[in-house]
Amino acid sequence: MFLLLKYTLLYTVVLMMVALGGMFSERSGIINIALEGIMVIGGLIGVIAIQLMPAGSSAAAIVICSVLAAAVAGMLYAALLAFASINLGADQTIGGTALNMLATALAMVIAKGFNGSASAKLEYSNRPFVYEIGPLTVNVFLFIGIVILILSYIVLYKTRLGLRLRACGEHPQAADSVGINVYKMRYIGVLISGALGGIGGMAYIIPSVSSWNFEVGVSGAGFLALAVMIFGQWKPFRICFAAVFFALFKSLANIASSIPAMAALGWTQNMYNMIPFIASMIILAFTSKKSRAPKAEGIPYDKGSR
Amino acid sequence: MSDYIIEMLNITKEFPGIIANDNVTLQLRRGEIHALLGENGAGKSTLMSVLFGLYQAEKGEIRKNGEVVRIKDPNDANALGIGMVHQHFKLVEVFSVLDNIILGVEPATKHLGFLQKAEARKKVLELSERYGLKVDPDAMVEDITVGMQQRTEILKMLYRDNEVLIFDEPTAVLTPQEIDELMKIMKGLAAEGKSILFITHKLDEIKAVADRCTVLRKGRCVGTVDVATTSKEEMSEMMVGRKVQLVMDKAPQKLGESILSVQNLTVRSKRHGKPLVNNVSFNVRRGEIVCIAGIDGNGQSELVYTLTGLMKAESGKVYLGDRDISHMSIRERNLSGMSHIPEDRHKHGLVLDYSLENNLVLKRYFDKQFSSRGFLKFNEIRTYAEKLIEQYDVRSGQGPVTVARSMSGGNQQKAIIAREIDLGNDLLIAVQPTRGLDVGAIEYIRKELLRQRDSGKAVLLVSLELDEVLEVPDRILVMYEGEIVGELDPRHTTAKELGLYMAGAQRKG
Repeated sequence: MFLLLKYTLLYTVVLMMVALGGMFSERSGIINIALEGIMVIGGLIGVIAIQLMPAGSSAAAIVICSVLAAAVAGMLYAALLAFASINLGADQTIGGTALNMLATALAMVIAKGFNGSASAKLEYSNRPFVYEIGPLTVNVFLFIGIVILILSYIVLYKTRLGLRLRACGEHPQAADSVGINVYKMRYIGVLISGALGGIGGMAYIIPSVSSWNFEVGVSGAGFLALAVMIFGQWKPFRICFAAVFFALFKSLANIASSIPAMAALGWTQNMYNMIPFIASMIILAFTSKKSRAPKAEGIPYDKGSR
Repeated sequence: MSDYIIEMLNITKEFPGIIANDNVTLQLRRGEIHALLGENGAGKSTLMSVLFGLYQAEKGEIRKNGEVVRIKDPNDANALGIGMVHQHFKLVEVFSVLDNIILGVEPATKHLGFLQKAEARKKVLELSERYGLKVDPDAMVEDITVGMQQRTEILKMLYRDNEVLIFDEPTAVLTPQEIDELMKIMKGLAAEGKSILFITHKLDEIKAVADRCTVLRKGRCVGTVDVATTSKEEMSEMMVGRKVQLVMDKAPQKLGESILSVQNLTVRSKRHGKPLVNNVSFNVRRGEIVCIAGIDGNGQSELVYTLTGLMKAESGKVYLGDRDISHMSIRERNLSGMSHIPEDRHKHGLVLDYSLENNLVLKRYFDKQFSSRGFLKFNEIRTYAEKLIEQYDVRSGQGPVTVARSMSGGNQQKAIIAREIDLGNDLLIAVQPTRGLDVGAIEYIRKELLRQRDSGKAVLLVSLELDEVLEVPDRILVMYEGEIVGELDPRHTTAKELGLYMAGAQRKG
């Protein structure tokens, strides 16, 4: 039971942070399907940052530096999407897909180069990130995640930035006509999503294991986060609940072999691993009919066409 | 201080191949309502876009209070106190009225930019009280009426303390009652010292509110007149450049048997399950024009989609003559005698990237006359196209091979009309056939509809234009929220009565 709780917490935080990132991007009008790739890059740079920290650094310093590194890496990677879709007016879905494909390959090259060997597996110590509270193991990302959730809500609904960002995702011509720089707002949206995606990638990789093979990327977590975002209707707290829901499925898949009732089914591990994705397909098939995406998302904004 | 708050002097604006504004001068007095009259394509919108900073003029200058100013973008215009209500509202549907008003000039804390909506709300409520602009600041824009959306747009300008207010065709989307109210609001604004520029092509409205009127024709300024001392006929002649027959002469009616008969037709929305067309029954007989009137979005489009086969009905029957066509395909309906001039000529009327001749045979290319064994007979098509172009006076750059996209709206519409009428069908369904066209083309199309009626065809007209609804048809059916709420005789009704039906305030039958 504690195992289930532990995994659910872990995945909730990951899915929520990444989905919140996606929310900022889509609310500004850019479909960010590249979250998967952004997570990979963020996770990779985060892991490398941990390794590069001088020996004897305090736990707090390691956490802060590596998380910042992951966020910045995610932002830089997302900036590619922003440039392609905002400046060049490229198709956002295709641009995002290209970035996803590039990310895993790039991560392997960098990891192998860093290792100086043919293995893309990086080892690191995750001690600074993990705390034991009674029988429960929690990681620092839980706290980061809660802060990000609250901040996301405040930024989106209580600040000038949030109001303008949302206007750009709904009706960019209206925003433009009152003097808002649509391109700037969309850059901000995509960059925030890059930062959150990067941190999310690290939160996915680091807490549970002490080595990661970057040949597997983040195995679909970014796409699950997209499902969470849609199921959460592009709203912060609903995204949080949706994340819990999906995390539960994903955790069940992870520990299925240790739950007697599920183990009795005698499936292979791959079958269990499919559970969260099948669940997301079914849920989205039923709920997406009613979902209301930001109206202008996916449409490149051209100042000239009025 | 200068008499004029805004002066646009000798403005020339060129686009590739066309001079949109040629040496146009417009002077706006403080506190007046100044109408800008002209046909479509006369350059009204371009001129206002220059004033609002969307375009830069090649020649000429703009002065505010006598001083030369440069307006490079809408922000500059806003800083000079110039605001605009666009023809298509620029409102975010899922925002509240208040959020839409403050967007772009939000009151917020200096640090971190937290919104301070309380003071904004106070100011909005004050303005709304002072100018009689009733709005609910917390309502979502998607839930409020078009009239209230327009008031929101006006409040947007007032909130920014604009002194010069541009209204771009503000009455096109309103009911007659809402138009009256808007006129009152505009007068109130002028009385409070705001200066208003009012773009329109409706002479009644100019007569009702404007002090002066500047007329544009083909990019040139024809003159500025005093509205009180100029008749509608004079203004219309200035606008068009010749005398226009605004009132149609109708031949006496020769009614025949019923051609189109609709029985208990219901269409439900796929998205929210609400009925878009609710239990509608009517018929159209030979030799009459029946007009479906109503405010846009009350089920007229869906009704026509169902009649023409673009959409499926949930229940009910449609008969053409005595044949049940309810389940026929679109082509079968066409072949059974239905012609359709669609609402959206770009989407449903033409293949824009095809040549004119191919568009003209779009509904009959499969005839023996135009194809054999699956191959098209290009010579026949060319001959046929040339005949129609001649007969219906469709003007285009390169005749039959002109790409439809490059033609003007009026000529695109003429091409569709030529194609549909030449099918020789008993029923003609014409949906907003004159939308966006200039007076000359409108006159032509209305006469063509009457010709069809006089030659014993049945015509179903769907129109949003009040004057069209009152002038052209023999019977008017008013649709409100998917239902037919009344049948009126155009000879014995007024715009006011029609408006009450259109707004759902009155119904019979």
